[in-house]
Amino acid sequence: MKELLQDSMFFGVAVSVGTFLLATAIKKRWNFFLFNPLLLSITATIAALLIIGIDYQHYNNGAKYLSYLLTPATVALAIPLYEQTMLLKKNFTAIIVGIASGVLMSFVSIFAMAMLFRLGHTEYVTLLPKSITTAIGISLSQELQGYVAITVTAIIMTGLLGNIAGGLICRILGIKHPIAKGIAIGTASHVMGTAKAMEIGEIEGAMSSLSIAVAGCMTVGAAILFEGLI
Amino acid sequence: MKYIIQFEIILAISLVGELLNRLIPLPIPASIYGMAILFTALCTGLIKLSAVKETGKFLIYIMPMMFIPAAVGLIETWEAMQDFIVAIIVISIVSTILVMAAAGHMTQIILKFKGKEEKK
Repeated sequence: MKELLQDSMFFGVAVSVGTFLLATAIKKRWNFFLFNPLLLSITATIAALLIIGIDYQHYNNGAKYLSYLLTPATVALAIPLYEQTMLLKKNFTAIIVGIASGVLMSFVSIFAMAMLFRLGHTEYVTLLPKSITTAIGISLSQELQGYVAITVTAIIMTGLLGNIAGGLICRILGIKHPIAKGIAIGTASHVMGTAKAMEIGEIEGAMSSLSIAVAGCMTVGAAILFEGLI
Repeated sequence: MKYIIQFEIILAISLVGELLNRLIPLPIPASIYGMAILFTALCTGLIKLSAVKETGKFLIYIMPMMFIPAAVGLIETWEAMQDFIVAIIVISIVSTILVMAAAGHMTQIILKFKGKEEKK
């Protein structure tokens, strides 16, 4: 059984999409916030791999074709953004200053907590890119000589949090304006948060898409100022 | 036919983004170049919205699934992180909430301020 599935090209994709489908059905039936389709399907897929005894490399042989679609999907985020161009032009200052505040807060809070946990330089720069999209985060972590695999993990944990609780956190914090919500979710939790913002509303989704690109580039630019602090 | 054309346009833009990523020595990924190219092309009318809309929206719709493989990769990095796993989790959660608060409230404050100015 294990040997048979291990070398399959379709096992990884089938399990991932299958658990996602199941998780979406569960979410529809019981609308509890921890029943996040992404969280449930990740947990179920990991459980399946551990139970059957298939390692990540073999799983990813098939599953990587799902990741492969991420570039064209991110390119397509320009579509909702284009549909909201008027809004973008009209509120340009608020949007750019908002994203910049988020990027600055990301650096300051990571720096402060790294001091608190007495992290070394390598651990500190590993976490610096955690709020930006994986592809930019990987390059930045490499550039700063962090542990790239751990950067990816922190980015995914951040994104997952945004995807699960982005709407809830905004509600608790009193962020009500659709533009502000989109900027908050996109700046803090990149593409994974944006997937959620898309579900909340068109304006939220478009603003969140914009934030990924802008926050990513701002982070790369500002990282030089912050990397030497620890 | 229509959907094939739409898919090909998005793939072609991804290709250009990939080439730019390789040619320009900046840590900007293919997808971000691609997003900027498609946005510019739509704004200038070079590409009509109807030429990418349905396939693009479909890709966005199924996007959450695309994160599963990367996240399942956690089972591999788990061991390497054990030394500072608590720090990673606390920093990830706290700073995400703080970033949302800063970005969201700053945007909201400026929007409100501008709204008042316009009314005057």
